[in-house]
Amino acid sequence: MSTKRKATLIIIIAGAVAGLAAVILQHLGNPGNMGFCIACFLRDTAGALQLHKAPPVQYLRPEIPGLILGAFALSLLRREFKPRGGSAPITRFVIGAFVMIGALAFLGCPFRMVLRMAAGDLNAWIGLIGFVGGIYLGTVFLKKGFSLRRSEAQHLSEGLVFPTIGVLLILGAALGATVLAVSESGPGSMHAPVLWSFLIALVVGALVQHSRLCQAGGFRDVFLIKDLHLLWGTIAMFVVVLIANIWQGSFNLSLTGQPIAHSDHLWNILGLGLVGFGSTLLGGCPMRQIVMAGSGNSDSALTVLGMITGAAFSHNFGLAGAVATAESAGGVGANGRWAVIIGFVVLLAIAFANIRRRKA
Amino acid sequence: MSQVDTRGLSCPEPVILTKQALEQGTLPVSVLVSDMTPLENIRRYAENNGYKVEEKAIADEWELTITK
Repeated sequence: MSTKRKATLIIIIAGAVAGLAAVILQHLGNPGNMGFCIACFLRDTAGALQLHKAPPVQYLRPEIPGLILGAFALSLLRREFKPRGGSAPITRFVIGAFVMIGALAFLGCPFRMVLRMAAGDLNAWIGLIGFVGGIYLGTVFLKKGFSLRRSEAQHLSEGLVFPTIGVLLILGAALGATVLAVSESGPGSMHAPVLWSFLIALVVGALVQHSRLCQAGGFRDVFLIKDLHLLWGTIAMFVVVLIANIWQGSFNLSLTGQPIAHSDHLWNILGLGLVGFGSTLLGGCPMRQIVMAGSGNSDSALTVLGMITGAAFSHNFGLAGAVATAESAGGVGANGRWAVIIGFVVLLAIAFANIRRRKA
Repeated sequence: MSQVDTRGLSCPEPVILTKQALEQGTLPVSVLVSDMTPLENIRRYAENNGYKVEEKAIADEWELTITK
């Protein structure tokens, strides 16, 4: 098999396994259409660490350390673990925070967007317009010469900090550390057993590291270099979850009655627009940032910390979208709308400020 | 011969710089790369567009030579 075909096969397998992982984890107890969701799991973990005090979304998700350590282990095995950093770290932190604010307005990262689309949630299909639009906006700046400049090689100890945080997180989750907050109701109270969450995420982290699967990168490469390679991962993920949903009779093509969702269309579009734009400026979607952080990239590690901070802000200041219920339509409130608008202003300012004439 | 130094740049900048160098038409193009992900991306882009890529490891980095 040619190298190219092999790479395509690997990314299809990675996307399919990630989709299957989400289906299995939902069966084992994770919330509806949230078998796997980077934004939601970082938010729940921020809650467990009491960085925010929203009672329904506090649980140290073992999937987060699983992804970090899966990527770490495979990057070591494949001799790809490389401590690097220093490419506009605080800028990346801020972009990461706004990516999270956008994701929580929509109620999900690109991974959950695909899970929701594959379950028939039309709100996610509407959100996809924003995600793709945001990525397109990012590619406009990339073509104009946007760059967060070079990272430099770092000492081994710098690269090991984030995997060490991963070890501490899984120890905290496994031992049920009593200092951690745990939701008694709501999404944070719904979870698969710790060991399964961790082990399944280890496999996903390793596969994403190996395949370079990136959900923002998929659409970005279509716009920039007309290359479908990365997008195959997302397509495979969608197809696997779609088949599983039809098989289980849980496919429900509708705007309403969807788990943990709202139909505030404009803000679903703009929320995911912010995610797409920010992810393209960062060079990768939230899942990819976690995997790169596990592989030694401290810029990505700082981006993930930015995302956790964004999650804390989202819940401390009421920025996150409210879930539609029988009593209320839910949606994004005034604070959240302003936060998304400010996010666009800040990201545009960063994008314009970092356009440089390229000297190869 | 033109040279592109993509070391330390985030995706997709290495591919964009390589694409621009190839479009200028001065072959071969030599590309310095510091990570596997951009290396694979550049190789895929070049091969998809009918170029040949030779790879040489230098310490823990690579030099790619792209020709027709």
